[in-house]
Amino acid sequence: MQEAKTAITVHGVSKNFVLPHEKITSLKGVFTSLLRHKSSSREVQHALRDIDFEIKKGEFFGVVGRNGSGKSTLLKMLAGIYQPSQGKITTEGKLVPFIELGVGFNPELTGRENVYLNGAMLGFSRKQITAMYKDIVSFAELERFMDQKLKNYSSGMQVRLAFSMATRSEADILLVDEVLAVGDAEFQRKCFEYFRELKKNKKTVVFVSHDMSAVREYCDRAVLIEKAKLVQAGSAEEIAKAYTRLFAPPESEEDSSTKQASKWGAGGLDITKVTTSKKRYTEADETVDIQVTIAAYRTFENGVIAGITVKNEAGQPVCGTNTKIIRMKSVPLTKGQSTTIVWTVPNIFNEGRFIIEPALLDGVTQEVSQWWNDARSFHVENEQKTPYVVAPRITLAVRAPGS
Amino acid sequence: MRKIVQRYTYSLILLRELVRTDFKLRYQNSALGYLWSLLRPLFLFIILYFVFVRFLKVGKGIQHYPVYLLLGIVLWNYFVEVTTGSVGAIVGKSDLLRKINFPKYVIILAGSFSALINLLLNFIIIGIFMLLNHVAVSWHALLLFPLIAELFIFSIAMAFFLSALFVKFRDVSYIWDVVIQAAFYATPILYPLTQVPHRIGKFLILNPMAQIVQDARHVLVTTDSQTIYQVFGGDRLIWSIPVGLTILLAVSSGWYFKSQSKNFAEEV
Repeated sequence: MQEAKTAITVHGVSKNFVLPHEKITSLKGVFTSLLRHKSSSREVQHALRDIDFEIKKGEFFGVVGRNGSGKSTLLKMLAGIYQPSQGKITTEGKLVPFIELGVGFNPELTGRENVYLNGAMLGFSRKQITAMYKDIVSFAELERFMDQKLKNYSSGMQVRLAFSMATRSEADILLVDEVLAVGDAEFQRKCFEYFRELKKNKKTVVFVSHDMSAVREYCDRAVLIEKAKLVQAGSAEEIAKAYTRLFAPPESEEDSSTKQASKWGAGGLDITKVTTSKKRYTEADETVDIQVTIAAYRTFENGVIAGITVKNEAGQPVCGTNTKIIRMKSVPLTKGQSTTIVWTVPNIFNEGRFIIEPALLDGVTQEVSQWWNDARSFHVENEQKTPYVVAPRITLAVRAPGS
Repeated sequence: MRKIVQRYTYSLILLRELVRTDFKLRYQNSALGYLWSLLRPLFLFIILYFVFVRFLKVGKGIQHYPVYLLLGIVLWNYFVEVTTGSVGAIVGKSDLLRKINFPKYVIILAGSFSALINLLLNFIIIGIFMLLNHVAVSWHALLLFPLIAELFIFSIAMAFFLSALFVKFRDVSYIWDVVIQAAFYATPILYPLTQVPHRIGKFLILNPMAQIVQDARHVLVTTDSQTIYQVFGGDRLIWSIPVGLTILLAVSSGWYFKSQSKNFAEEV
């Protein structure tokens, strides 16, 4: 047995971008800034600081982090597009030099011509492309469109063609940046199939993604980049957890008062406080209890209709209800008094951060008295994460034949 | 060793495909297509012929002056095409630069080669006019090849320098427009070198473009074309000045381009 060799070594790598406040791209700019004599106001942005890690041959390696954390810069440096300001990156084996699909695609050329052009970018000669042309086209399912100009392709067709080209790459090390974000379900299935094949063929893959379920499924190891620094390296599971935790609210947060602006409505009352029974829930928690405190400035004769919506991070409503739907009487409110209501929501949540939006409607006019966008959030860690909006506990029973 | 071969194979594949694409796109949607490569210099020649040969009677003392004029214009146009085309070449490929790591010099090389193909096509027109003017071709015409090589190197050296500089300073394109206008008149293309004072002529001919144009005319069209050798009164060593300048420019601009190209992706 051979020891697993190193494919990529990243040693003490930092990347700084110099951001002149006013970028000097003309000679006049050079002269005037010389005359001003002040060393022109420059700002150094540290995109990455002192990054160290190693990727073994045949590893499926995840790089995760929030937007703007520096992970794309890291990928560009791995590809050789950017040069590190400090430190060194060494790679062993042939590395794809691209980080996006369809590099060099020209809308004015036909699909066929683009295959040859993009192929050249990937390092294939015309002869090699001709030999694999049929496979490329049939994999992309674009047989009938190859003599049309690329500008007449739908974006889905372009991605299919580009992806079909990329899968031909003969590199030992592949860099994959969020390809899965585009394309329909069928295309995503093909992507995942390709990933499985890469894994089977022991290719080294560096995979940058926000999709923790994909990271969990494919990556052997991963690193978490946060604010230009490598904060954690470990198994895909550990890193996926650490990443989701980034979005949890800080433990001691009194955020009620700071979010006045996100309240709207006719008034007459104020939602003073929204709290959850826990900051962080796990799959062991049966319910999520949400407590809403309301201060009434006048008496509502017919009470108020209380409602609640829970949204996920993407802003997509996950669940919600109101007192009318659940056939409850309106909530009576008396002037000058504070009333507390408690919603008990079964824990059907997938992993992630969820946002609570309470609302109160006047029982008579049905007008919104107050609606509070983004009143509070809570966090769910779920081992049984699914790609669906909700993750209720679904069980399976296998009946033995004949019973 | 294998790595080096691989690297240059990649550059070669890219180069071929970029030149091909460039040609495909250049005459797209035009009815006459590639013919324009030939028609453009032809029409320019017709205009200049009427202005300078018929009305101003500039080249009276020179045998085959119309062909002499055409050859000068064609060579000069090659230089203009390569250099002005190169100014925005790197910046124009910014989309590519940010997504893929590839040898950047290929972009400039591709521009030079597609201009070279154009130049060779233009020589067809020159050939036709040589026949019409009964220009006698001698074995000296073979010297045209090293001259074109020199032209190629001088132009691409300028192109490397301009394209890299333009990434940093966008004024370069305007400056170059002015410089190239001035250089056109400072190079004996329209006028015979004999018509300028000898002192100034001595200075003008040191410019590699002037040397190339005069030499090319001399070997291909007419010995009336004064070469640098004749201007300086018969010292072969004098050629080392324009040739040396070309080599110096090539080495320094190549070095400058190489040192800058690492950062193109961030700066464009």
